[in-house]
Amino acid sequence: MAAALLCWGACGLEAAAAVRVLASGHPVVLRSAELLALTGVNIVLTPLGAFFVLLVAMVAVPATLHGIGYAPHGLSGRMAACTVPIFVTVLLLVPAAGSVATFMVLWELMALSSLALVLADQARRESVRSAGTWYAVITHVGAALILVAFLILAAHSGSQTFVALRTSARHLALPWRSLAFVVALVGFGSKAGVVPFHVWLPKAHPEAPSPVSALMSGAMVALGVYGIVLFGDVLLGGGPVWWWLVVLALGAASALYGSLYAASSTDLKRLLAYSTTDNVGLVLLALGASGLFAATRHPLLAALGMVGALVLLLNHAAFKGALFLSAGSVQTATGSRDLDQLGGLLRRMPQSGALFLVAAAAICALPPLNGFIGEWLLFQSLLHGVDIGNTAGDVAIPLAVAAMALTAGLTVVAFVKAAGIGFLGRPRSTGAESATEVPGTMRFAVGLLVGVCVVLGVLPTLILPAVERAVRAALPGVRQVTLTHGVGLQLVGLRGMLEPAALAAAIVAAVAGVTALRRILSRRPAPTVVEAWGCGRQLQTARMQYTATSFAEPVGRVFDDVLRPVHDLDISHAAESRYFVEAVSYRSAVDDSIERVLYRPPIAAVRRWGQLARHLQPGSVHRYLAYGFGALVVVLAAVAVLR
Amino acid sequence: MTAASQMIGPIVASFTQVIAVAGSGLILIGLLRKVRAHLEGRVGAPLIQPLRDVRKLFRKERLRPDQATWIFPLAPVVLVATVGAAVAITPLITTHPAMGSGSDFFALIYLLLAGSTLLALAGLDAGTAFGGMGSSRAVTIGALAEPALLVTILAMSAAAHSSNVPAIVHATLSDPASVATPQRLFALGALLVVIVAEGGRLPVDNPATHLELTMIHEAMVLEYAGPDLALVSVGEAMRLTLLLGLFVNLVAPWGIATTTGAAALAVGLVVLVAKVAVVGAALAVFEVFTAKVRLFRVPELLAGAFVLALLGVVSGVVVR
Repeated sequence: MAAALLCWGACGLEAAAAVRVLASGHPVVLRSAELLALTGVNIVLTPLGAFFVLLVAMVAVPATLHGIGYAPHGLSGRMAACTVPIFVTVLLLVPAAGSVATFMVLWELMALSSLALVLADQARRESVRSAGTWYAVITHVGAALILVAFLILAAHSGSQTFVALRTSARHLALPWRSLAFVVALVGFGSKAGVVPFHVWLPKAHPEAPSPVSALMSGAMVALGVYGIVLFGDVLLGGGPVWWWLVVLALGAASALYGSLYAASSTDLKRLLAYSTTDNVGLVLLALGASGLFAATRHPLLAALGMVGALVLLLNHAAFKGALFLSAGSVQTATGSRDLDQLGGLLRRMPQSGALFLVAAAAICALPPLNGFIGEWLLFQSLLHGVDIGNTAGDVAIPLAVAAMALTAGLTVVAFVKAAGIGFLGRPRSTGAESATEVPGTMRFAVGLLVGVCVVLGVLPTLILPAVERAVRAALPGVRQVTLTHGVGLQLVGLRGMLEPAALAAAIVAAVAGVTALRRILSRRPAPTVVEAWGCGRQLQTARMQYTATSFAEPVGRVFDDVLRPVHDLDISHAAESRYFVEAVSYRSAVDDSIERVLYRPPIAAVRRWGQLARHLQPGSVHRYLAYGFGALVVVLAAVAVLR
Repeated sequence: MTAASQMIGPIVASFTQVIAVAGSGLILIGLLRKVRAHLEGRVGAPLIQPLRDVRKLFRKERLRPDQATWIFPLAPVVLVATVGAAVAITPLITTHPAMGSGSDFFALIYLLLAGSTLLALAGLDAGTAFGGMGSSRAVTIGALAEPALLVTILAMSAAAHSSNVPAIVHATLSDPASVATPQRLFALGALLVVIVAEGGRLPVDNPATHLELTMIHEAMVLEYAGPDLALVSVGEAMRLTLLLGLFVNLVAPWGIATTTGAAALAVGLVVLVAKVAVVGAALAVFEVFTAKVRLFRVPELLAGAFVLALLGVVSGVVVR
């Protein structure tokens, strides 16, 4: 409780500063030489950073509120109570860092505090520790790469403030600039969960306590994208076409890979983790397109792409935060996050269930919710960039649209599965059967984020001026790209227009109209409750329903080559004759292909070498003395030869 | 024209479109069945048989499976409502429907997606095996059709530099030669395949089947009865009519009203009905000579459509 209050205080203070920066367009600067030895603290809150501060605050307030009710299920104790406020504060400060040292210190604090929170539940479950190891290794390799990228720039400039780096980076030779960009892209991409550095997401997100997952997926991953924008657009000021084609390709790969694995996951939080990779992929798609347009001298399109990227990121924070918190509520109520153990929760948890359904509809980009606005902006920026006069770009854009479309379709599969199998139908376990509604604070916390989804979907014009201010800070010299047209949305200089509020009103009016029509036309308006027909089958049981596994089977079969599911069929025959089957057991699992191909072999090799090296150390003193003697002989021989 | 009539005209036009599509959608289904019956040497049911069926269904009792939640009765309503909203803003009879400036191709597709997504959820709501089977297959095919669909829209929109449907139709009207460009032809071919898949027609789904193993859409809505089933039928018929109407107006928009006067609307309505009837009859003839393909061959069909659409976009850039 006190931890939550501390977090809200920090969020309130920084959000107020962020709103001021976005309203005025002038950065807030704080410097202190005493606070951090040798380098001092350098805080510069630019409009771009301010946008990310608001995004973090938007997730942090509901997540910590939800944490109060969630605490007894894995977020209790002194360690969590003091780490959560540190994590939230650091998340809020990273986008405000104004120098390399300040940034790296905050970045490292963010990694460490989140690692401590991922491990919060390690006493109870073994799998948490392995997830923590994966996360720790990848996040620190990433941080080291980010440091290298900063060092390349700082060595040239001789200073470490971002302002100085920005002015000197323009005179840096292109190979060095490219090297810095690629290294930074890998470093920040690993934090953002971009393929192939995403492997920690489906491990750490499910094992972390749900409010922490919401913070990590909604806010921390967004800061990875902030890093890419900071490096590519702000510090380096854009670059050649191939940089952005790489970003575009990474984005498309992440979006497709993430959505495909989300569609075939049966663990609710693992599904959400893969869906984070998918959404970040879409953001990178928009960023890549934006950079591509900037490199081919289309500043208006570049700004539109960047607006799309930031709106997608804000939307993702809202609905993914809501979904992870909902998953926490489900885990609290049923004790499980395996979709094949859930079912029928909408009847038992009517409010939590309804909130999950709305958030799922938002992530599927159904109008009139916020996901739709983001995808529309992305589509518009790609559409108007079809003919930019660069051959590679001309081929890349339609492929990007195709990737975005397949991603959208697979996202629908994933979330119809999550909502339909988890919340509808019959309960598949006693835990789901006896589930009851979670405390009011938890429902309210999810409701806040779902409210954001609805408001941003109907009235995106509320937030667009702030987004544009942030974009203008990242891309100097661009004009306004969107206009509010009444309550509608219009693109400046391009023929694109959307009226989300009118669309929402039309949908609501039509639903009301059709409901009334059904009431008038039918003779007996109140429905009679009967047993489900099921093609005439008597006695429906929970085991006859489709499960999450069977629901995803068609997708799994179509994309067999990517997913490579492992099937395991065991048939035990009766002793009398092998024509009589006693028991059939079937298991299938979908492992992460990239983990299997790129990560497992090196890990296995290192382990094998380690095993071999163990033979050198049997614990015998004689052997060690022999090693010492041997080494001495070798050294003496070397000295004798070299003289 | 006064300001008031400028306000009222598009709204009247939109209402006309909704009523026309709602009314003629079921007759279009009747026409498809009639053509099929004739080619198979049967007389077939009268054209208005689907209308009679729906009237009968509305008189029946409303049933709700015991495990179902509020999703179950909501889904048919949302299906009809979203299709109706999409019909209202699409240029079918006139190029000036209400909210025409916001009549975005992308928005139209996602409106239709909202209805089908909710129906897929409703399939899982009753907790039976068949509902889940139908939902699973329907969302899979929907996902696979999406790339072809959006790239088609990209190809269509690129020429007009806008994804606003009235703008695309206007561009075709002012430059008739643009219909015969490779960009358009490839894209229209792809769109046709996607319409067959999204409309649940042969060879992707057989609307007449109730054989468990091959059902897609019918399995998903198996639990519906009475007025709710009537709404599902109306919604599906409206959706097919909308898709075919959109298709004919993209292929050959001539005859569409460019104002919202009563006479122009009447002409536009007659022309639209004639064009949709011709395309619908052609679809029925095609269906007679086609067998349903295996579920796992459908991706190949849709991948083909995707390649066509991609060729459309790329040829638009190359042939300049």
